Amino acid sequence: MAVKVMIPTPLRQYAGKRESIDLEAKTVGEALTSLTSQFGELKRHLYSDEGKLRSFVNVYVNDEDIRYLQHEKTAVRQGDTITIVPSIAGGRE
Amino acid sequence: MLRLSHALMEQIQAHGARDYPNECCGALLGRDGGAERLVLGLLPLVNQRNDSPRNRFSITSDDVRVAEKEARSKGWDLIGWYHSHPDSPARPSEFDREHAWPWYSYIILRVDNREPREMRSWRLGDDRAKYAEEVIEFVASGRP
Repeated sequence: MAVKVMIPTPLRQYAGKRESIDLEAKTVGEALTSLTSQFGELKRHLYSDEGKLRSFVNVYVNDEDIRYLQHEKTAVRQGDTITIVPSIAGGRE
Repeated sequence: MLRLSHALMEQIQAHGARDYPNECCGALLGRDGGAERLVLGLLPLVNQRNDSPRNRFSITSDDVRVAEKEARSKGWDLIGWYHSHPDSPARPSEFDREHAWPWYSYIILRVDNREPREMRSWRLGDDRAKYAEEVIEFVASGRP
């Protein structure tokens, strides 16, 4: 399925300065794998060393958070938009 | 380099003092010029870490989208975030580093006993291993 992945501003420098990338995928997981295969520097900012999506990386399929769907196994359809949105966290020692 | 007007610096300080002993947080809006950035406005936000506000802050993805929309409405960029460290140095902790995004400027304000102290800015390196400190130039006016 042809889908569009929206790249958040902080990561565009690693994706050819592009706001979005078009690619083929059947699931969100496949789309993100394809994205990080194409743009290797994205991987460490999206995934932990254990290969899990970082907690502050929020992924939506057409405005639905994948945490409320099937996570990375969420199926995507032709023309879907996958959006990566940061959340921000931190704090003192 | 991050250019910040005295007026906006004082707003961040006031937010940090007001929320003490909890951490305050907010968005930095302005213009990105690569190595140089100009902060033109702030969007104070509510720390969502109600369970541990004295040493943690959290800004939801919904609030990030609100900040982006606010920046766009003014023809600006969302260039970073500020938060306070109550009674703790104005430098990133390990927890800060683990949760940081590259590209953004992160202003950290030390607040001791409700008194604002040092303010420093940081950008996460590409390898996520460490931050580079970003010099803050305090200017009389934030006019672009």
